[in-house]
Amino acid sequence: MGIRERLSGNEAAATAMKQINPDVVAAFPITPSTEIPQYFSTFVDNGMVDTEFVAVESEHSAMSACIGAEAAGARAMTATSANGLSFMWEMIYIASSMRLPIVMSLVNRAVSGPLNIHNDHSDAMGVRDAGWIMLFSETNQEAYDNLLMAHRIAENEKVLLPLMVCQDGFITSHSIENIELLEDEKVKEFVGEYHPKHYLLNKKEPIAMGPMDLQSFLFEHKYQQAEAMCNAKQVILDVAKDFEKMTGRKYGLFEEYKLEDAEIAIVCMNSTAGTTKEVVDSLREKGVKAGLLKIRVFRPFPAEEIAKALSHVKAVAVLDKADSLNGVGGALFTDVTSGMQVNGVTVPTSSYVYGIGGRDTTTKEIESVFKDLMEDSKKAKIENPYRYLGLRKE
Amino acid sequence: MNSMIEIRWHGRGGQGAKTASLLLADAAFNTGKYIQGFPEYGPERMGAPITAYNRISDTPIRIHSNIYEPDYVVVVDDTLLESVDVTAGLKPEGAIVINTTKDGEHLKKLLKGYTGKIYTIDARKVSMETLGKYFPNTPMLAAIVKVSGIMSEDDFVKDMEGSFKHKFAKKPEVIDGNMKALKLALTEVKQV
Repeated sequence: MGIRERLSGNEAAATAMKQINPDVVAAFPITPSTEIPQYFSTFVDNGMVDTEFVAVESEHSAMSACIGAEAAGARAMTATSANGLSFMWEMIYIASSMRLPIVMSLVNRAVSGPLNIHNDHSDAMGVRDAGWIMLFSETNQEAYDNLLMAHRIAENEKVLLPLMVCQDGFITSHSIENIELLEDEKVKEFVGEYHPKHYLLNKKEPIAMGPMDLQSFLFEHKYQQAEAMCNAKQVILDVAKDFEKMTGRKYGLFEEYKLEDAEIAIVCMNSTAGTTKEVVDSLREKGVKAGLLKIRVFRPFPAEEIAKALSHVKAVAVLDKADSLNGVGGALFTDVTSGMQVNGVTVPTSSYVYGIGGRDTTTKEIESVFKDLMEDSKKAKIENPYRYLGLRKE
Repeated sequence: MNSMIEIRWHGRGGQGAKTASLLLADAAFNTGKYIQGFPEYGPERMGAPITAYNRISDTPIRIHSNIYEPDYVVVVDDTLLESVDVTAGLKPEGAIVINTTKDGEHLKKLLKGYTGKIYTIDARKVSMETLGKYFPNTPMLAAIVKVSGIMSEDDFVKDMEGSFKHKFAKKPEVIDGNMKALKLALTEVKQV
């Protein structure tokens, strides 16, 4: 079952796109996601897909072309990173408010400036309130699997929201690793055809899309987007169940790794979760009850479920690969602690901003976080909850 | 965990250290292993020092960071010995493989007290004899396979033939030379 392969994260994403065979791909190259449209354009050239590939002149146009294609009734995909996403920003909001289930591969990279091409999550965090479903991927395998599940989530009638699949720039995007691929026919059957209910090229139902929306309705329309985001949670779980039936690979809103009986826990996203699992195992061998909660679904944010999963631990560290520069921790920290507070969970929780601009995160550093947590777990109140990991002080 | 081998490559931009690390990952993958092959991206300039990494294991590899305590180090260009601390973190029970014509005493001085095994190979000679041009990565790939014993030499040679046929599908004339370079390198790498 499955095809044993070795691919980089970018190759994995491009392969998923090839197997999905969308109607339109519009993209502009930017490091470290450049290879995705590069490989995909080869598939177009070789006739392996029958996608209309639009080589646009900017990311703003890439997202605009995806919006036009989806509005017309087509299935559209794109890929980008960092400043490419920044340049799309205006259209990112248009895509979600028009309820167009565009799927994007976001290869996370630090947003300039200063100019940097390496990994952190500042690009994704910048669009966290834009009304896109956001899935994060620890490995090339997860980047591939998440993309295969993406359309069924985004295009669900109760959802109709764009979706981005994130993975860490260079760390997974440029690392060759083992992966298990699905056969083309299986993907085709799983993803299914796209038959939108309303679309511009339907001559039986002439409609306008994206018109002016003032005081009388915009509020209601924004509420509908929020409602769709709430609906997405169950749809994500339903699609994951079907995916598990096909592949044996289980996905939820988040992954709990040895969390059930953990006394101290780290919450993080993407590739650092793998490094953390390694540390959890080595600490467990020494009798330390360490655990991990790895976020897969960041939007919609599973606040209640996370609060419940963490309610029994004695100290939590939330690792953010983007600083909110507000003096009180990163976005993930704020979401997790807000979720705990609202759901009546009181666990000493600290924020660690780490890995900014590609700063490497080692097992030793993750060990140091767990060491801090062992101390924290003995205290009723944490003195210094806003911390930095791997930052040079001098 | 204990069965995982970690390798660090030091080369200069344009010498193919990154490609060699990816080919090594490929070869190990083909023998059924779990693999990682990744370069450390910096300023991409011809001649600038570059680093690439391999992890090879019998079990899935979850760790995602650079390698600081490698089992093996491969140095593709011996001019790096003077500017880069190539043995940093290298395990004493491991080994370093250097593309050089320099003798053991000279190397030991440059490696500042490294106590592990040192292997050398004249990859320039191997490459010139077999390819007629200087491409050090193929001989260095063979050298590290031999030194690390990641796979049997027979399996490696068989597997690389397939890889080269795939990689050089549009330049079949270089396959033969690269195979000769591999085989010659397997006999040329020596402990000092």
